Amino acid sequence: MVITSLEEKKPNKSKIIARNFDLFYGDFQALKDINVTMPQNSITAIIGPSGCGKSTFLRSINRMNELIPSVKTSGEILMDGEDIYTQDVVELRKTVGMVFQRPNPFPKSIFDNVAYGPRAHGLKNKNILEELVEKSLTDAALWDEVKDDLHKSGLALSGGQQQRLCIARALAVEPQVILMDEPASALDPIATLKIEELIQNLKKEYTIVIVTHNMQQAARASDYTMVFNMYPDRSGYIVEYGETSQIFTNPREKTTEDYISGRFG
Amino acid sequence: MPRETLDTKLSQIKDEIYLLGSMVEQSVLDSVDTLRTRDMKEAKRVYDEDNIINEKRYALENAIIILLATQQPFARDLRLLSAMLLVVNELERMADYAKGIAKINFKIGDSNIAIPVRDFQKMAEQGVSMLHRGLSAFIEQNPNQAAAIPQEDTIVDDLYNKIYRATIEQAIANPEIIDQANNILWIAHNLERFADRVTNICERTIFITTGELMEMGSSDDENGIEFE
Repeated sequence: MVITSLEEKKPNKSKIIARNFDLFYGDFQALKDINVTMPQNSITAIIGPSGCGKSTFLRSINRMNELIPSVKTSGEILMDGEDIYTQDVVELRKTVGMVFQRPNPFPKSIFDNVAYGPRAHGLKNKNILEELVEKSLTDAALWDEVKDDLHKSGLALSGGQQQRLCIARALAVEPQVILMDEPASALDPIATLKIEELIQNLKKEYTIVIVTHNMQQAARASDYTMVFNMYPDRSGYIVEYGETSQIFTNPREKTTEDYISGRFG
Repeated sequence: MPRETLDTKLSQIKDEIYLLGSMVEQSVLDSVDTLRTRDMKEAKRVYDEDNIINEKRYALENAIIILLATQQPFARDLRLLSAMLLVVNELERMADYAKGIAKINFKIGDSNIAIPVRDFQKMAEQGVSMLHRGLSAFIEQNPNQAAAIPQEDTIVDDLYNKIYRATIEQAIANPEIIDQANNILWIAHNLERFADRVTNICERTIFITTGELMEMGSSDDENGIEFE
């Protein structure tokens, strides 16, 4: 008799699928043959050593890499079955929000930070805007702390609050997917746990992909884990992808085992 | 290798588990030997020294918990440490069987019931041999060696059944000895359970090496001698 799990998990429908995806910076191949399926309403963590293409892959999901002129890609990344590289990029970035390592609020009021995206997309109705700001700040677990100070500068908040403000700003354009590039690495442990709890709540409405260097964070906060490594030519590839519970207790690949046990190299 | 601290501590804990194992082996062999010698002083020593085993078990448990908290292991390291927590518990419970046998020896006192010493010795020797190899397989993380051991449990079970039948027959023929017959059955039961727990250790070796939690051997169910 083999016992595996207390609960039976039904995988959600696929949200993001990468198929034979390659990415080049000029002649240098940064990502090689990436094949992966990320389910909807789940949190996928991307871990792996520095320079193996984790952030490059993350930025491929909202085509941010295109801001670098020498970038070329092949293969495809599908969202809800449609190739994102044939979609309108402005629409895509509305659907796929992003949160960065260092909190980067605009030098504006808390309200204006959150309202910035919807306004840029043409929303002018004050009542709807107010509702949207409140909902976004509530979903980002910041509303109760700032509701009386919405006119104050976003830069006056603490680091953890600033990061949640940036999450609220990303939520305000009502995306379906949120990409996070080491969202807690500049925060203290309590602010970090708040962000992790917040992410857990967000997955009810959103699909989340998070790059992290913190293995414990990947283990605590994600449903699925993607382990990246690089070939000798420094191009990145996926070593292993699976449920986080499996990756951290019983990985299939020795490279994963060595990396997560801290015995890499 | 960047995990020197973890590896050094793991290796210390392994050594201590070996030591705990040999203390348990000695205590069960000694307890059965006191059935032969009927040396109550020695039986008292076996009974009392169970405390030393209990203390060592708690010290090991503590060391493992500290390592889990401070080194935050994953994958095989995590499986090894969680398995170690269970194995030290198994060893401590196995020592309780030896303590139990010493206690029954007092209860038998100067009654003239025949004690099947030779069969008890065989059960103890077989159980100790299984434990010795089972613990080596565990520490060395050798799944093949671990997988072969639980089958040997039938040797102990057969001896148990033999003692059980003979003792029941005696009790039927001579109902006055029923309390003492019960004591004999308890000793046999303790030795039978002692060997069963080696199987649990072997299951943990499989878990560490493959990640699979599985139950090995089902001889208990087939023989119908498991009522726990």
